[in-house]
Amino acid sequence: MSAAAPLPEPGYNFAYLDEGTKRMIRRAILKAIAIPGYQVPFASREMPMPYGWGTGGVQVTAAVLGRSDVLKVIDQGADDTTNAVSIRRFFGRTAGVATTTHTSEATLIQTRHRIPETPLSEGQILVYQVPIPEPLRFLEPRETETRQLHALAEYGLMHVKLYEDIARHGHIATTYAYPVEVAGRYVMDPSPTPKFDNPKMDGCPALQLFGAGREKRIYAVPPHTRVRSLDFEDHPFRIQSFDRPCALCGAEAVYLDEVVLDDRGGRMFVCSDTDHCEGRRAEGHTGEMAE
Amino acid sequence: MALRAGFRDPVHAAQAVFRAAMDALSRPACIQALAPALTPPEPLTAELAGLALALCDADTPIWLDAPLAAVPEVAAYLRFHTGAPLVAAAGEAAFALIADPAACPDFVAFAQGTPDYPDGSATLILAVDHLTDRRGLAFSGPGIRDLAYLEAAPLPADWSARLAANHALFPRGLDILLVAPGRIAGLPRSARLREAAEA
Repeated sequence: MSAAAPLPEPGYNFAYLDEGTKRMIRRAILKAIAIPGYQVPFASREMPMPYGWGTGGVQVTAAVLGRSDVLKVIDQGADDTTNAVSIRRFFGRTAGVATTTHTSEATLIQTRHRIPETPLSEGQILVYQVPIPEPLRFLEPRETETRQLHALAEYGLMHVKLYEDIARHGHIATTYAYPVEVAGRYVMDPSPTPKFDNPKMDGCPALQLFGAGREKRIYAVPPHTRVRSLDFEDHPFRIQSFDRPCALCGAEAVYLDEVVLDDRGGRMFVCSDTDHCEGRRAEGHTGEMAE
Repeated sequence: MALRAGFRDPVHAAQAVFRAAMDALSRPACIQALAPALTPPEPLTAELAGLALALCDADTPIWLDAPLAAVPEVAAYLRFHTGAPLVAAAGEAAFALIADPAACPDFVAFAQGTPDYPDGSATLILAVDHLTDRRGLAFSGPGIRDLAYLEAAPLPADWSARLAANHALFPRGLDILLVAPGRIAGLPRSARLREAAEA
């Protein structure tokens, strides 16, 4: 479903932010693109929503957005959850841009923690909301030190962490925010997306921008850029697999959410990407629990 | 002498120029359309002026090359519309506007960034006469699927050696935007010059 562009509300600049702020964010985005995976500091503003609700992603979207863009917003793959609905309405009201829930119709997709199942195409822009941009932060709390580690490309600490996973659990137990190496240089946090989505970042034809509002960082992965999930020769990177298809559309090899149905252990597994699931059901695919 | 006008619609015109620059840097050596409706004082071209007005303000010192610095109307135009300080020392500039690209100063004259803050480097904007992505030097790297080609003129004789040295500094290094009438192409520091140059 596509919504036609309404008129923006009077009293706001286009897409809420003032032009000086947009210029500052735009310059940070250009540097982020030129240094793939490097976190560019920026003067993050207070937004009319709390930290943790996507203030970084919203600022990046506001700086990039133009009148002719078609915006899609997803929250854990879904177009109809609170965060997605409120951000979509925010830009509908302050920028008057057209919005959509269809991945293929969108020119700009703001996402919280999923990459759509429908492959992205050339010319699309994916904006991630990022809570903690620094992949080394939980290993080294000091910013001065992590900055030095990035400058020296000294990522041994991260490999030790993955190794300790193997020593303790027999496999790499990190399942989301799984660290990646971008274009052979910077190690980057792909935001808390499930590691299932990491392969989609590699060589993606769309431009990927990351905004962390509270932590005041912007970083980027240009199109067609090598994004490698860190691993070991004897413990290669593997994505999650599911032992059953989506209960509604029967899709296999997609990321599934578990939905608890009752208090007697009843549950179902459905696509986390609602647009993908609805599209498949419209094409006549059905799962075991489809009505 | 009257001051020439800036963007008629500053919000959307600046957004359009930024998007062209963003596309140019995220797809190196791939030409994007850029046609700001500006008539700045010569030798400032509409594309140079459009990028300056879209990206520069009081936080971004601008350096002008000799032909631009020689015309007081250019300085007055940029000061009025951007509020950016114009600096005489190339090393202090965040953006360098270059109307005579063949005489572009050596890259070491500009800020290269530091290992812990590589984003502190300058962006060079060169107005060339000729710009095509059908042939020319071959590039690979982030934003390029296999190989991309870019030919521009006039440029310094040691241009390809400069680009190779600039990429060797990665993650430090300059980011370069080449503009010609109606078009823009980017050569960020991540773009790697390949040996076999001709397509």
